[in-house]
Amino acid sequence: MKRLINSLLPLCGIGLALAAWWAASAAVPDLPSPLRTWEESKLYILEPFAKRGESDQGILLLAYYSLIRVARGFLLGVVIATPLGFLLGVSATLTKMFDPIMQLLRPISPLAWLPLGLVIFQKSEPAALFAIAVCSMWPTVINTMVGVRAIPQDYWNVAKVLRLSRWTTFTKIIVPATLPYMFTGYRLSLGIAWLVIVASEMLTGTPGVGGFLWQEYNSLVYAHILLAIITIGVVGFALDRLMGLAEARLRAS
Amino acid sequence: MAFLEVRSLSKSFPSASGPRHVLRDVRLDVDHGEFVSIVGAMGSGKSTLLSLLAGLTTPDSGTVTLDGQPVTGVRDDAAFVFQNYSLLPWFSALENVRLAVQAAFPRTEAAEQKKRATEALERVGLGNALDRKPRQLSGGMRQRVSLARAFATEPRVLFLDEPFGALDALTRDALQQDLAQLCAGRERPVTTVMITNSVEEAILLSDRIVPIVSGPPASLGSPIVVELARPRTLAQLAHDEQATHARAHVVAALTASLQRRVRPMLAGPASALSTTEPVKEAL
Repeated sequence: MKRLINSLLPLCGIGLALAAWWAASAAVPDLPSPLRTWEESKLYILEPFAKRGESDQGILLLAYYSLIRVARGFLLGVVIATPLGFLLGVSATLTKMFDPIMQLLRPISPLAWLPLGLVIFQKSEPAALFAIAVCSMWPTVINTMVGVRAIPQDYWNVAKVLRLSRWTTFTKIIVPATLPYMFTGYRLSLGIAWLVIVASEMLTGTPGVGGFLWQEYNSLVYAHILLAIITIGVVGFALDRLMGLAEARLRAS
Repeated sequence: MAFLEVRSLSKSFPSASGPRHVLRDVRLDVDHGEFVSIVGAMGSGKSTLLSLLAGLTTPDSGTVTLDGQPVTGVRDDAAFVFQNYSLLPWFSALENVRLAVQAAFPRTEAAEQKKRATEALERVGLGNALDRKPRQLSGGMRQRVSLARAFATEPRVLFLDEPFGALDALTRDALQQDLAQLCAGRERPVTTVMITNSVEEAILLSDRIVPIVSGPPASLGSPIVVELARPRTLAQLAHDEQATHARAHVVAALTASLQRRVRPMLAGPASALSTTEPVKEAL
């Protein structure tokens, strides 16, 4: 019985949220109701991979474009952030040197990086990747750094006592000991990368969920704004869950 | 000249209220193949002393000479066993030992390295637990892996830092016997320095026992010789006259130094309990 209630409670929450949405749509003339949103969006949902034209595609196809872009930006960020995190974790001198810069760069919005990326790369795609990488790398840098610092003295003693080479110490001790922290960093970074994608697509007008959202706003199809928002939420949630699963498997092994 | 020679060794650590002197003017000689135990209470500076002997830390002043060479870092013919096992949790028992073998014999073939590691684990009775991770092993088994790792590299010098301090009494007895066998069963003798707070353990395993007196800052008391052939058994020690004699000597030395410590503490705010209790237990 308790189990049944527990599994029904999330549904109740969703129902209440839909009711609030419906009430708001009744009050605000331009805001489509849940039902109208469904009516106007079902073509995109029921044929999620259809390509009817450059600006008229199934929602999952659009999400796929965005995911590819996020994956590339995220990987670029991780490739830079992970070694940086290791270096900062090992060296107190480097930390002192770069900590102020990191604290300064971290809170800068993707919207601020994007124009800079456009100036540097002259094209929208690399500019978007640049913005994603620069914004999403910080949790990985910081978590990796913290992970290296959290390595127990015991493990350092093993390295010292067995006279392990620097490389062996790195591969056999530092990396395995830091891995759980790194993955927490990756999960947070991926979340940020997904946040940045929408903003960067809106500004650069590239095809994807964010680009679709902005384009439909300009075409006055407001129901599709809501479709895009919900898609962004669902995909972001799925990404976080997947990374969470990977993290849990790693901790268990 | 002794195999391991320690002369006027001093060490202090910085603290909020100025430098804290842990060791003062320590002098020690250990002969080749000898097993020497350093017995003292917790917090008396014995782990610091062992780190210095092993080259894990550097002294403020004084020298440590091993086999005629000054100790400046960890030697490649030395092995360690720590109280808290110090096994890598992401590696199996075999991989943990293999890592040591690989580091000690980098030119040996991989198959031969694996064989050595396996044999080392078999010698401590863990032949059927090769692929288990440390967390799947009991405390006693973990420390056996640690012993296997130390002996697998065929060290000439062995440093044991309260090797059985974290184990329950029965497991402790069993591992002490194992260690005695391992030391005795080697082709060439291994020179061993062990830190312990158990007088009984020291008597079971060592040729000589050196009490830590008046720490901190600690220095060493005069050594007490245990004139019994090794390996010994606990049963043998219970009624042996030599053992009883040694026991009385060590306890007397430790108690004398404790009383010296307690007196100033009665006046000061330091916690007398935390420093005196471990030795009471050991007695």
